[in-house]
Amino acid sequence: MTALDEIKIGGMGARRRRVEDNRFIRGRGNYIDDIVLPGMLHMEILRSPLAHARINSIDTSKAWDIPGVRLVLTGEMMATRNLAWMPTLSYDTQAVLATDKVRFQGQEVACVIADDPYIAKDACEAIVVDYEPLPVIVNPTQATADDAPLIRDDKENQPDNVIYDWEVGDRAGTDQAFERADLVSTIQLHYPRSHPAPLECCGSIADFDRSTSKLTVYMTTQAPHIVRAAVALIAELPEHMIRIISPDLGGGFGNKVPVYPGYVMSILASILTERPVKWIEDRTGNLISTGFGRDVYLQGEMALRRDGKILGVRMHTDADHGAFFGDAQPSKFKIGLMHSAFACYDIPTAHLTARGMYTNKAPGGVAYRCSFRVTEAMFFQERMVQAAADDLGMDQAEFRRLNFVRDDDFPHRTPFGFLTDSGQYGKCLDVGLKAVGYQDFLKQKEEAKKRGRLLGIGISTMTEPLGAGNSREYDILGIKMFDSAELRVHMTGKAILRTGAKTQGQGHETTWAQIVAHELGLPAEDVLVEEGDTDTAPFGMGTYASRSTPVAGAAVAMVSRKIRAKARKLAAHLLEVSEEDVDWELGRFYVRSAPDRGVTIQECAMAAYSNMPDGLEPGLEGNAYYDPPNLTWPFACYIATVEVDPETGVWDVLNMVAVDDCGVRINPMVVEGQIMGGLTEAYAMASMQFITFDAEGNCVGSNFMDYLLPTAWETPGYELHEVVTPCPHHPIGAKGIGECATVGGPAAFVNAVLDAIKDTGVRNIDMPLLPDRVYEAITERHDVSGAPPVKVDD
Amino acid sequence: MYPSRFRYEAPHSIEEAVGLLQAGDGEAKVLAGGQSLVPLIKLRFASPELLVDINDLPGLAYHRADPDGTIRVGALCRHADLEGSALLADRQPTMAAAAPMVADPIVRNRGTLVGSLCHADPQGDWAAVVTALGGHVVAQGPGGRRTIPIGKFVNGPFQNALAYDEIAVEAVIPAPGGTPAGGYLKLERRVGDFATAGAAVAVETSGDLVTRAGIALTGVGGSTIDAAEAAQVLVGRPLGAEVIAEAADLAARAAQPKSDHRGSAKYKRHLVHTFVERILTRVGDTTERAA
Ligand SMILES: Cc1cc2nc3c(=O)[nH]c(=O)nc-3n(C[C@H](O)[C@H](O)[C@H](O)COP(=O)(O)OP(=O)(O)OC[C@H]3O[C@@H](n4cnc5c(N)ncnc54)[C@H](O)[C@@H]3O)c2cc1C
Repeated sequence: MTALDEIKIGGMGARRRRVEDNRFIRGRGNYIDDIVLPGMLHMEILRSPLAHARINSIDTSKAWDIPGVRLVLTGEMMATRNLAWMPTLSYDTQAVLATDKVRFQGQEVACVIADDPYIAKDACEAIVVDYEPLPVIVNPTQATADDAPLIRDDKENQPDNVIYDWEVGDRAGTDQAFERADLVSTIQLHYPRSHPAPLECCGSIADFDRSTSKLTVYMTTQAPHIVRAAVALIAELPEHMIRIISPDLGGGFGNKVPVYPGYVMSILASILTERPVKWIEDRTGNLISTGFGRDVYLQGEMALRRDGKILGVRMHTDADHGAFFGDAQPSKFKIGLMHSAFACYDIPTAHLTARGMYTNKAPGGVAYRCSFRVTEAMFFQERMVQAAADDLGMDQAEFRRLNFVRDDDFPHRTPFGFLTDSGQYGKCLDVGLKAVGYQDFLKQKEEAKKRGRLLGIGISTMTEPLGAGNSREYDILGIKMFDSAELRVHMTGKAILRTGAKTQGQGHETTWAQIVAHELGLPAEDVLVEEGDTDTAPFGMGTYASRSTPVAGAAVAMVSRKIRAKARKLAAHLLEVSEEDVDWELGRFYVRSAPDRGVTIQECAMAAYSNMPDGLEPGLEGNAYYDPPNLTWPFACYIATVEVDPETGVWDVLNMVAVDDCGVRINPMVVEGQIMGGLTEAYAMASMQFITFDAEGNCVGSNFMDYLLPTAWETPGYELHEVVTPCPHHPIGAKGIGECATVGGPAAFVNAVLDAIKDTGVRNIDMPLLPDRVYEAITERHDVSGAPPVKVDD
Repeated sequence: MYPSRFRYEAPHSIEEAVGLLQAGDGEAKVLAGGQSLVPLIKLRFASPELLVDINDLPGLAYHRADPDGTIRVGALCRHADLEGSALLADRQPTMAAAAPMVADPIVRNRGTLVGSLCHADPQGDWAAVVTALGGHVVAQGPGGRRTIPIGKFVNGPFQNALAYDEIAVEAVIPAPGGTPAGGYLKLERRVGDFATAGAAVAVETSGDLVTRAGIALTGVGGSTIDAAEAAQVLVGRPLGAEVIAEAADLAARAAQPKSDHRGSAKYKRHLVHTFVERILTRVGDTTERAA
């Protein structure tokens, strides 16, 4: 009997086609707006046109008069049920419907529930709101000015617009390092506000059944179990009577982690009308009111020795959180995992101070394809590293190599106290430099310069922390960050696997089955993967921050091993030998002394229901909760080459080489898809994608004509390479990968453009590097800093 | 995105369509490709009472050349038809250059050149191209047909010279006197974005001399800008570096850009200069080689 071919059964390493694509590419997905319930009503939200204003009155009488209108909700009515405000994921409160003031443009002011969405929209337009405009704050500097208006006058003990003052690292030790420095390199940066903009916006259908008291909510959420807990707490409903179903999701990218006012309103509306109530957010609603990413300013300083050794790092960040502090992140870290910066470099000491401010902008600060501010951390890191190499006059690749943590130096304590466990940083850099033809490109660049052409090369190398928990360090509002999997093997050897994660493009339906195939030898196609229904799936923290493979994926391996352990007992019984005499090869137990005598995993499954030994519990099912011992630390090296047109400031990407080490790859094709998607978002951020505001707090970027996402037309081609350093503590050696390219990519593009125009003496252009900003830097020979201001002259 | 209530009619003849517009008494709108009108309606920036869909009108999807070289583009000729047109590739370089730069491939499948002229967006590409070429629009109303020169047709930002009961049936580019040359360049931040700045240049040459020239600018003023003075300096001269620089200077001066999120006024003016210079230099190089 020959052993099973793991690739053939779709196990680890198989480039298995994504099973979910079967329905997606046929237009047979089941997204929130595809769901139609009998008697369903439709909800539309009226939003504030002003960024900061007192509400004098709201007159809904004309809206009630429109035929087909069933309910009009205002903040006042929500307040009578104690639902005008709700808690955020960061121990703050957020208005569900405004009562006293509006605090950002697009804030929810009223909502209408009607027979169809057209009527609901008409009725929203018939609501008259009397606003009294207040002075507007659109950035942290304004927020902390002496005469700044107080945004959160609803809160006690909130005398100003500062949310937190936080620090981490070793202040005294870092001060000493700076005293010893030969050179201090400084830089100021802004990571502009961006928005995850999933192609499907948010939405919900709440269905409260008075006869059973059961509330079912179909909802676009990346974390259905967290929502169930939140609804139980906010709406004071019993948790077992709440069922959250997250159907197919058209992308999430962190945008679908928080609980939004629209969900809460649809739930209350269903309870009041006793009808299912559907809310489908439009694009503008999504862009101007839901969780954004980034919007952080950095002052960075690096203490350097003349020979290129980094002695210490100081960072200060000012973060603009908008009107409510709604960051979705582990609760004890105020600026997420910003302090994961510099983890791949061997730096003795570092110190970070961080301040968060309220402004009259949309709340959020979600981890947009990012493990909690890690995108900002790595961008700041790689821009600081680049500036330091330039200040020292060192080659950018050599400067990085000199300061890397060495392969034999693990486990390694990072300057801010994380523990990294594995990596081959130098090797990844070598693979990247070779692929891009580093030395040749430098020559080419000099040649081109003689003919007036500007070529540039930019590098970004980083390791980032993915896969929160462990539960000691990571919790959200006290709920520990672990995950779970439940596996039921049926008697014919087919199985259903459920986890507490929720796929939204990551391909869990494909890859989880591959892990089961690897552990049990069941063909992947025999394993159905289901997620997103809180009545059937085991509890889990959901999918974001690249945590599913590190945590839920580990739980899948662990539950498979539990099943295998039980199957071994069944095998021993079938083979009539003792358990100790049974050995395992993929898909089959056999007698150690007589390898030809064996039983397949499928035969064990049948026995579990038809021929179990005395004393053994029937059935072949199990579950596993997995609390990871540490984060996983993938490493990446991204190298971009560009050409800049000096006359227009337009830049084109010539090449983008990505070397990713995410440990063992379950499905290389899925991994590559994640990397290409991530690189495209990195390019987006570097080149065009940002949300800005004018002085009145009007959002510029409220639709896809103004909020620019690159299309296939602009997106450059990528060259992917891999290095594999298995994660030492993950059951199958995997590390997170979903976000690496988004996190590490932007700095490569920015460093490349700045390299191309180095002769101008320009040290920084803040993202996005739109052609006019690059042109300004080239011709005026100065840095172009800060959020792209909206300059409108009449 | 739910529009206000509206009525919808899809007539089968121009006369019927004109009748509907007349009955609509100013509350009706023509629907051609819908690529400008539908976004406005779904955002409720426009709430017409009646939409008169002209897509079923027969015989308007053409673009063709008369024996004398006059080019006619019917009201239902799509941007994509022009992009793939052998006729334009062969005979009308400015239009051929512009067609693939209008919007994105999806919009080009539906949107029309005539609709773009009617919409009169200062950032629309076709109005600049037709202006540089000295074209005109043929309109049909209850009283029959009339011809409106492009400079009069586009008479303000998002304004045209049609009466409420008139339909634009075709755009006309006059036959060239010499060899047509030219081009269109624009800067867009992303495909489908409107122009940060754009320049249409159309010249006719005889030997190495310019016999006719038109330059018009996109996105750098309250409406399409006819840089006639810049074009005029080219006439009667060969396309040398000096005269090209002069024309580029004058075109940049004719621009009336404003600073906004697409770039500063200064930058946009500079782009106009760069684009006019680039197109003319390329044309100059080819004419020189041909002569
Ligand atoms: C995403 C996107 C990107 C775009 N980018 C660009 C771009 O880069 N450059 C550019 O130039 N354009 C751009 N456009 C606009 C596009 O070119 C439109 O197709 C064009 O502006 C209008 O043509 P239409 O046939 O779609 O007209 P419609 O949208 O049907 O109508 C537009 C207006 O003209 C009127 N109208 C149309 N046809 C007639 C007629 N025959 N007689 C009388 N009135 C008429 C309508 O009543 C309406 O007021 C873009 C559009 C979109 C959606």
